[in-house]
Amino acid sequence: MDNLWSFWSLFVIIMTLGFMVAVWWLIEAAKKVNAQQPANELLDHEFDGIREYNNPLPKWWLWMFYGTLVFGFGYFIFFPLGGWQGVLNWTSVGQLEKEQQAHEQRFMDTFDTYARLSVEELLNDSTALAIGQRIYAQNCALCHNNAGTGGYGFPNLTNNDWLYGGSPEQIVQTLTHGRQGVMPGFSSQLGEIGIAQVSNYVLTLSGHEARNPDQVAEGQVLYQAVCAACHGDEGKGNQALGAPNLTNDIWLYANPEVSLYDNIRVTLRHGRMGVMPAFDELLGAGRINLVAAYVYNLRQEDPQ
Amino acid sequence: MSTSNPVGAEQPTYNYDVVRKFAIATIVWGIVGMLVGVIIAAQMAWPQLNMTLGNLLNALLGDLVGVDFRQYFHFGRLRPLHTNAVIFAFGGSALMATSFYVVQRTSQVRLAYTGLANFVFWGWQAVIVLAAITLPLGFTTAKEYAELEWPIGILIAIVWVAYLIVFVETIRRRKMKHIYVGNWFFLAFIIVIALLHVVNNLAIPVSLTKSYSIYAGTIDAMIQWWYGHNAVGFFLTAGFLGMMYYFVPKQAERPIYSYRLSIVHFWALIGIYMWAGGHHLHYTTLPDWAQNASMVMSVILLVPSWGGMINGIMTLKGAWHKLRTDPILRFLIVALAFYGMSTFEGPMMSIKTVNALSHNTDWTVGHVHSGALGWVAMITIGSLYHMMPRLWGQTQMYSTAWIYLHFWMATIGTVLYIVAMWINGIMQGLMWRASNPTDGTLMYSFIQSIDNSYFGYVLRVIGGGIFFLGMVLMAVNMWITVRQAKAQQPNFVAATA
Repeated sequence: MDNLWSFWSLFVIIMTLGFMVAVWWLIEAAKKVNAQQPANELLDHEFDGIREYNNPLPKWWLWMFYGTLVFGFGYFIFFPLGGWQGVLNWTSVGQLEKEQQAHEQRFMDTFDTYARLSVEELLNDSTALAIGQRIYAQNCALCHNNAGTGGYGFPNLTNNDWLYGGSPEQIVQTLTHGRQGVMPGFSSQLGEIGIAQVSNYVLTLSGHEARNPDQVAEGQVLYQAVCAACHGDEGKGNQALGAPNLTNDIWLYANPEVSLYDNIRVTLRHGRMGVMPAFDELLGAGRINLVAAYVYNLRQEDPQ
Repeated sequence: MSTSNPVGAEQPTYNYDVVRKFAIATIVWGIVGMLVGVIIAAQMAWPQLNMTLGNLLNALLGDLVGVDFRQYFHFGRLRPLHTNAVIFAFGGSALMATSFYVVQRTSQVRLAYTGLANFVFWGWQAVIVLAAITLPLGFTTAKEYAELEWPIGILIAIVWVAYLIVFVETIRRRKMKHIYVGNWFFLAFIIVIALLHVVNNLAIPVSLTKSYSIYAGTIDAMIQWWYGHNAVGFFLTAGFLGMMYYFVPKQAERPIYSYRLSIVHFWALIGIYMWAGGHHLHYTTLPDWAQNASMVMSVILLVPSWGGMINGIMTLKGAWHKLRTDPILRFLIVALAFYGMSTFEGPMMSIKTVNALSHNTDWTVGHVHSGALGWVAMITIGSLYHMMPRLWGQTQMYSTAWIYLHFWMATIGTVLYIVAMWINGIMQGLMWRASNPTDGTLMYSFIQSIDNSYFGYVLRVIGGGIFFLGMVLMAVNMWITVRQAKAQQPNFVAATA
């Protein structure tokens, strides 16, 4: 509706202002209803014993009515209605862009400085870590939790077990470009029995007792044929692929309502798909450095 | 009521039977709807309760039935049940009871079409029961306050047209020239709700239980809030103003303050409300001019809204002393005070800069409930206390002391509720926008604002709980009144004139 003189623009303007004029007329007309009648005299209708006075419209109320109508007409001089842009040329998108630009302008230098520093340099800067914490709370906590301890399908950032590596550079890489963790489903390839056998073997890798010890040996054979390519011969995982370590008893997909054995079987049957979004466009290099420093600082030096 | 004419076989009598049924339904659905409200308020304060009811039923019946009951009783399923139950079951039954009562008495004729009036009652109850079944099962259009799927939507339209026919024909048969102001409001409410319901529910069914709106994107949103805000304006305002215009002068035994004021505020109110819905969509993809128009009209709307409040409260001029001794009148007048407060708050919240703070916070919930509990429920309760004894041929309720107690429970419950939501809402709005002055990052995560809302959530459960218990007290009072009446005069007939 950019053109003031287009049909719909005029329709909107005439309907809106015309309606407000009609309300004004209504007030004037109502003032005159039985205007000659004294205020304390009753009208001649009666309904189930209810009578009516015809008191004049209260003055303060009337002025409030005129006041809001005048405010309305005045508002449309300054702000858009239909194709009329308003003398201020205000738009909500324009206001947003202006505020965003002012914000960027104001804090650009601050974040440019942080972009030039390395993550290691930020680790000793308590101000930088506090900013990183706030950025984390707004952008990361939804999945990884306020405390960084993660949840079902979302990695724990505090235990020094890293799917894609825990060096400052690797964390920056993860934040900047995101990650796609894919584990294929094996139900057609292994069948239910094969899945049970592999699950029993995987249980033993992290020191758990197998649900069915008879199946561990066959499971190991299948594991070496199917799983070792990503998770390694010894099950230590592979950070280049984001394949989890299966020996440290840390489980990304462990639904507490069912046994670990059942959780592993679900993973093997259907596979898993983990997505960490890329934040380079959203946050920029300076803020990513700050979050990386905060997250790096969360890790425990000695995993249990 | 007048008993100057002897009641004979030829003498026309009021149809109080359908009014009585609706009055009882009002109290029953009020208790059910408010109980669900207290449950979901508790679920907000203690989220584990989302699973409690389901877990309980699972333990009892899970093996027998083979379904997981937890899916039916969490907040997402119960919230629309609460809103539908209190607005359409409680509020709707109250409006039908009082409009059928008022239109007969102010027109001095029996309600038209007794059979059709009964159809309105049973049809409306069927809608409510279907809602209570389908909403927890998860059948929904996902349109707020219009969640019921298309077969129920059609049933609503049919019942509503029957309601319109009964009401209009009764007015047509009236014994006097003028139509009473209360009936203008009832009629506007019935006509506009029919229009709103049909337009907003236009949808293409894909199965018996699922349909898709014929509107898309922003237009769908605008239609939805044109409906949604006018549901407030016509269902919860115009209809209840009709109630107010009868029961306030009747209970106060005073004439209406100003006929002229009722004309101007009636036409201005029903005209301006139509424009206001867009303020639910501030700062969205709705075009700026549409947001502006809705904001300006919402601000103007303050004045005709207050016109109704003035006309109600000033009707007491010369009879203020009655508030000291009459708890029913207190209900009616405090309802008008809450109405005035909500209708000031609403225009203020529709101003964009205020809305930028209040939108999506608990402030909105508080605003709705100062209208819903303070205005809608209180005016209904006062009207029922006036009407119920007369429906059963009594002069007053069984216990006036209990009405006093109920008045204080309702007032304190409402105040606790809205204060809790004001505190929460303004705090949430401020926390969400708080940013660090040196680096511009936001100060708080969303969950921190939820964490800080806990106290307000608990206070809301307490306030809502007190209000709910007041309704139970009312039901007991009613029960005893009706039982006494039936023992005294088993064949009571209501004469007209």
